[in-house]
Amino acid sequence: MKLSLSMITLVLVFMSAHASAALRVFTCEPEWQSLVETLGGEHVKAFSATTAFQDPHYIEARPSLIAKARRADLLVCTGAELEIGWLPVLMRQSGNAKIQPDEPGYFLAAAQVDRIDIPEELDRSHGDLHASGNPHVHWDPYRIITIAKALTNRLIMLDKENTTHYEARLENFESQWTQAVTQWEANASQLKGSNVIVYHKNWGYLLNWLGINTVADLEPKSGIPPTSAHLAKLLEIARTSKIDFIMITNYQDDKGAQWLSKKSGIPVKTLPFTVGGTKDATNLFTLYNAIIKALTRET
Amino acid sequence: MKLKIIAATVAITAVSTSSYAQSTGKITGTEFNPAISLILDGRYTDIDSSELELPGFQLGGEAGLPENGFSTGHNELSISANIDDKFYGFMTSAIVHEAGETEFELEEAYIETLKLGSGFTIKAGHFFSGAGYLNGIHDHAHDFTDRPLVYDAFFGGHLVDTGLQARWLAPTDLFLNIGAEVTRGTEFPGGDNEDGNNGLAFFAKTGGDIGDSSSWQLGVSFYESEFDVREAGGHHHGGHGDEEEEAVDNELLDGDVNVTGIDFVYKWAPNGNSKKKNFKLQAEYFVKNETAEAEFVEGEASAEASYDGEQTGFYVQAIYQFMPAWRVGLRYDQLEADNTTTDFIGGGVEEEEFLEESGLGAEDDPTKTSLMVDYSPSHFSRIRLQFSDLDNGHEESNDIITLQYIMSLGTHGAHTF
Repeated sequence: MKLSLSMITLVLVFMSAHASAALRVFTCEPEWQSLVETLGGEHVKAFSATTAFQDPHYIEARPSLIAKARRADLLVCTGAELEIGWLPVLMRQSGNAKIQPDEPGYFLAAAQVDRIDIPEELDRSHGDLHASGNPHVHWDPYRIITIAKALTNRLIMLDKENTTHYEARLENFESQWTQAVTQWEANASQLKGSNVIVYHKNWGYLLNWLGINTVADLEPKSGIPPTSAHLAKLLEIARTSKIDFIMITNYQDDKGAQWLSKKSGIPVKTLPFTVGGTKDATNLFTLYNAIIKALTRET
Repeated sequence: MKLKIIAATVAITAVSTSSYAQSTGKITGTEFNPAISLILDGRYTDIDSSELELPGFQLGGEAGLPENGFSTGHNELSISANIDDKFYGFMTSAIVHEAGETEFELEEAYIETLKLGSGFTIKAGHFFSGAGYLNGIHDHAHDFTDRPLVYDAFFGGHLVDTGLQARWLAPTDLFLNIGAEVTRGTEFPGGDNEDGNNGLAFFAKTGGDIGDSSSWQLGVSFYESEFDVREAGGHHHGGHGDEEEEAVDNELLDGDVNVTGIDFVYKWAPNGNSKKKNFKLQAEYFVKNETAEAEFVEGEASAEASYDGEQTGFYVQAIYQFMPAWRVGLRYDQLEADNTTTDFIGGGVEEEEFLEESGLGAEDDPTKTSLMVDYSPSHFSRIRLQFSDLDNGHEESNDIITLQYIMSLGTHGAHTF
């Protein structure tokens, strides 16, 4: 009896010691940091390689990121070639076996869902195309649920002892998220059928979800900044068809959008692209709140 | 609405039953395995003289100047892939066409471990040394059309050799990477040696961020080799002069060489978003020590002497992208040679002539100033105009104007910091 009690104490001590070692998660973008923090709670310690003001396509495998990747238990990135310019180098330089592609510590969000905008023809005369389709999947709330579920499975795989904890958090997230989605859809119903000009295919999933039509893109080709010839063409389109607004992210150069707005009178909506993009957007819920609010605000 | 949720739930179940391996997807830039990339490099050069002479420095490797007029540079073909779950493989070769001949040069061919863990990685094969900052970066990713003078003079372009590299990354938030290399030691500035393992290199790099906008890296490195014979003579691009008709034998025997260096890079971009604007400051400084028996034979005449050289070289460069796609850059290069020759024995060659002909006699410090502007319409293309003024401390200054294109096909390149 005494023996078994001390055994239990020992096991408990061991478990609590183990539990205090939170999973170190290296995420590539703030949306995944937010999601993994929501799903993992105190059992994860997450870091994001990029901020909401950086274009994840254009950063480098710089020393501070390699140092972070070295100690990660789990890597959570978008994939679909969004981080192609630096992530492969970062992973090879990290000397970290746990986050290599065949390991459970390697998780790509976009690989968990099907993607839109998969090019039929891979020819770079059409711009810098993502062969795996549009990577910005965090703008579809339904895909978020799929990803959350897969990510929870992964957390459980890496930290089996806290299975019930992760399951409970997922259940909690799912019910809150589903409720929020209903609210967002109700609030944004007026946007259905609007016509917009975008800057890059950033918003594809969001626009599909809300039933907004993309009429034109400020980029003449994917990844190519607006040229004056292209802007002149857009002005022609803006004058002949009814455009409700121009959407750009707050990390993009707004020169082209402002010029077009001034000439055509179409308002520009400068929006946060991910968590941290505005003061209010502290997690995925408040990010979606901020976007729906900004899109529905009268201008 | 409800239906959508149900559909999503069904999708979740489908995903959750598959293993992580099946759902990991790919981050490669192409549907092909292995990844293939081709760099096309072409140029038009207006140059006073294509002969690179740097008094005080015996040149080797690929040190040289471009030909006058049209030429193609290094057209690089690279193939890389994860070999299996434990190894990564990479090969890149340069296809160079000059003086009517096409040459296939192996730049790198190596394998690297992926899964040693604990921060360890081992590389084996023919590779660019981890010493120095620019050394590991292929020419097409440099910010100028030519390499810094110190790289040409000290390393014959790049410090590259065949052997083993082991490196370790410390488990700290401050980036600390240390590495050691054992190589044949036969490539310049090393030379032929019987053992085929005389090259040794060490390097350490540290770095971090300053806020969201800036990051830096500081490195130190050391290289040494011992050689039986090292032939002098760079890779004179287009410099096949008539004066070389007579057989010239210019070499160092029983030599020791070592190079110690320090490198620094600082990068800035507003909020770390480099697409609009960014700035890069980069500097490297090297000290090279070598001792050997110098031997010079020209036809019937010959000379020999004991040679002890201490040479230093550095460059500082700044690159500024002032608007999307457009960058300007300025670079300053300087070399200094302090060579001592003793026990001169001449057989039909005066000491002064020997010093000049062998390249061991130093004169004024060679300097080079370069100014460039480049335009990159996309991630995959770049057009550059560069003006350089090379003063080798001996002749009149050599003005070089280069118009260059660098284009990339295939796999989306991933570059290091």
